[in-house]
Amino acid sequence: MRILYFAWVKERIGVAEEILDPPAAVATAAQLMDWLAQRSAGHAAAFADRKLVRVAIDHVHSAPAASVVGAKEVAFFPPVTGGYA
Amino acid sequence: MTGVDIRVQREPFDPGAELTRFAARNAAAGAICSFTGQMRDFRGADRASGTPVAAMELDHYPGMAERQLQDLAADAKRRWPIDDLCVVHRFGVLKPGEPIVFVATASAHRGEAFAACEFLMDWLKTRAPFWKKESGPGGATWVAAEAADDARAARWTT
Repeated sequence: MRILYFAWVKERIGVAEEILDPPAAVATAAQLMDWLAQRSAGHAAAFADRKLVRVAIDHVHSAPAASVVGAKEVAFFPPVTGGYA
Repeated sequence: MTGVDIRVQREPFDPGAELTRFAARNAAAGAICSFTGQMRDFRGADRASGTPVAAMELDHYPGMAERQLQDLAADAKRRWPIDDLCVVHRFGVLKPGEPIVFVATASAHRGEAFAACEFLMDWLKTRAPFWKKESGPGGATWVAAEAADDARAARWTT
């Protein structure tokens, strides 16, 4: 599974992407965050406040309870701030 | 014709040239509406009470950004009889005054063109995966999402 990070989530973790093989028990985006948070202090900091982290599964905005089973690409990022300033 | 022109790019663009080109290829449309978002040189409610911003870096999610904008464009065309629409959004490093985003819509009548243009801007601010990091005298900070933007987008869900 390809895991992507953006904005301050990327900065706290220290990498833009990881290729990982989560255990079968990881079925939802929320469970994936729990699992990732254990990988390093940076991961723990990035996922410390879940209210500030959004999820996209295969390019689609998704809820934390959404299934990641079979997903090719899961991204974690802060609420978006595009458009103009 | 029913067109959609979506571009996500690092290079600067000229909103005037974009509008001229868009109008030329929609010569039969009665109404052309456009919006240009430019980078502000301050953060906060207004220039007097805000803090200066010298530069901005826009992070984005390649692939998903284009897909979200395509989905929003399709949604706009389902809601209103739009002949054509264009969205250009930059990423990378920007300076104050530079255009960040350009949206244009073409329709037979102005009401639909105005509505679709505003809908696209409101929704792309809350859906399109772009993140702003502003640099100023106090260092660089990620811009937090605003509840007001969510509220503006939510108006279109009723």
